[in-house]
Amino acid sequence: MKIAVCVSHVPDTATRIKIAADQKSIDPTGISFVLNPYDEFAVEEALKTKEKFGGEVIVLSVGGDQVKETIRKSLAMGVDEGIHLKSDAALDSFAVAQALADEIKILGSELVFMGKQSVDYDNGIVGQLTAELLGYNSISVCVTFNLEGNTVTAEREIEGGKEIVETSLPCVITAQKGLNEPRYASLKGIMAAKKKVIQEKPVISNPGLVENLQLKSPAAKNPGRILGTDSSAVAELVKLLHEEAKVI
Amino acid sequence: MEKKILVILEQRDGKIKKSSFEALTVAQNLAASLGFSVDALLIGNEVANLSEIFSYCSCRLVHFTHADLQLYSSSAYKKIAVEYASKQGCEIVLLSNTALGKDLAPRVAVGLNAGLVSDCVTLDMKEDQLIAIRPVFAGKALQEVKLNSGVKVFSLRPNVFKAVVLEAKADEKISTVDVENPDLSNKVKQIIRSEGKLDVAEADVIVSGGRGVKGPEHFSLIEGLAEQLGAAVGASRAVVDAGWRPHEDQVGQTGKTVSPSLYIACGISGAIQHLAGMSSSKYIVAINKDKDAPIFSIADYGIAGDLFEIIPVLTEEIKKLKS
Repeated sequence: MKIAVCVSHVPDTATRIKIAADQKSIDPTGISFVLNPYDEFAVEEALKTKEKFGGEVIVLSVGGDQVKETIRKSLAMGVDEGIHLKSDAALDSFAVAQALADEIKILGSELVFMGKQSVDYDNGIVGQLTAELLGYNSISVCVTFNLEGNTVTAEREIEGGKEIVETSLPCVITAQKGLNEPRYASLKGIMAAKKKVIQEKPVISNPGLVENLQLKSPAAKNPGRILGTDSSAVAELVKLLHEEAKVI
Repeated sequence: MEKKILVILEQRDGKIKKSSFEALTVAQNLAASLGFSVDALLIGNEVANLSEIFSYCSCRLVHFTHADLQLYSSSAYKKIAVEYASKQGCEIVLLSNTALGKDLAPRVAVGLNAGLVSDCVTLDMKEDQLIAIRPVFAGKALQEVKLNSGVKVFSLRPNVFKAVVLEAKADEKISTVDVENPDLSNKVKQIIRSEGKLDVAEADVIVSGGRGVKGPEHFSLIEGLAEQLGAAVGASRAVVDAGWRPHEDQVGQTGKTVSPSLYIACGISGAIQHLAGMSSSKYIVAINKDKDAPIFSIADYGIAGDLFEIIPVLTEEIKKLKS
């Protein structure tokens, strides 16, 4: 079985975001980029599935040359092959999904994992878009995944609980935190990853459907009041919440 | 043909969700400024509060029913929505960005060859253009976008747009369609509910605990306060990673982004990835020993003291207020 896993290269969640001079993107200076946290769960699930059923795992990533670093990290975790779908232009979710779907079709992969969203633009739609473009089934925001023959069963997180969803291959699964515990890359894995070849393919990008007009910082919140240092401040706090904020 | 906005409503346990009424208000306002009419689409077998729809929006409701469609089926719901929107020539489609809406919106968009903006916090007409604003980087920045597609799909963040009751309730125009042979290739078999637990994503008040709570056994303190407030219990990433709380309780960039009316952070210092997930709360209260903790920079009210001393008193005071 050929298992595809799609990953993205995103700013570490601990970093502050500065808007670039073009007012449309972020200033990458001083930002450390990482493998998207939700994609780590996707890579782990792809590797676990391969360990159970055999086959190979191929990682795909869309973006500029910097995404090679993230592909390399996935290879170090144990992924077999990497494909870099190269685009220097900023692409919307639809163009990213189209590039992924086109390549997955060529690979003939019937099981695809990716994170439920990238923690940069937070669209959370590429998994389902890719599945729909391929005509595949898909289950999003999965916290469990089970494959038996052709049948896929997964639990997906919803408000106040989980849904047990059943479908069949071919299928795209998007990963939520809790799906598994991603492995660390071993030293041997890191060394092996250095020798693996990353195939590079250009993405022919059409004008996107979503036009990014502006990126801005949220309005700064005025720092509030420290009412005290012990429980003697509680009465005032409750009064303010009740009378000023009117939230209790 | 009259131009149309389609609102895809959501029912859970046979009741239309509050976030759907928020979407209806958005549709009502957009329809007024664009001269469009509104259709509301609801899928589910038995729905109790159908007539409530007309308190929020003057629209035509089309209710698709089938015994197997009470629970979500992405394949069947998508097919019904896409076929309806295509046939009616709906130009704008609105959904709530709930667990169901997040899953369904991109599928509907592909089916309609439409663009999609997910998780909008504003959606307004500006110089004849529909402009949406959505938080990115978990709220560390805001992105202003428009769609260059003929049909446009928007999913709206719950709890942000206000559901406004119309001065006069609109006429109840309801048609019911029996769905024949729904496509159940992707189907929810069962829902497992977290017993008696309010979800942070839907709560109007959240009480969250962090490292300062000092151990899972002390979360009873947080739960006690939450109970008095009718609040959900949230957690910082540190305590989720330590295994003190389940991951579905996590608030922050790799957890849930929340916008409740009141957020009480207890023993949370305010790592940037936590602040990103909750800074859009209407009122923030911080209780933390360290007066220099970053959480105080965004809190409306703070007490820089020992939560083990403060929370029991606060719980008691709120109990008194409520009685």
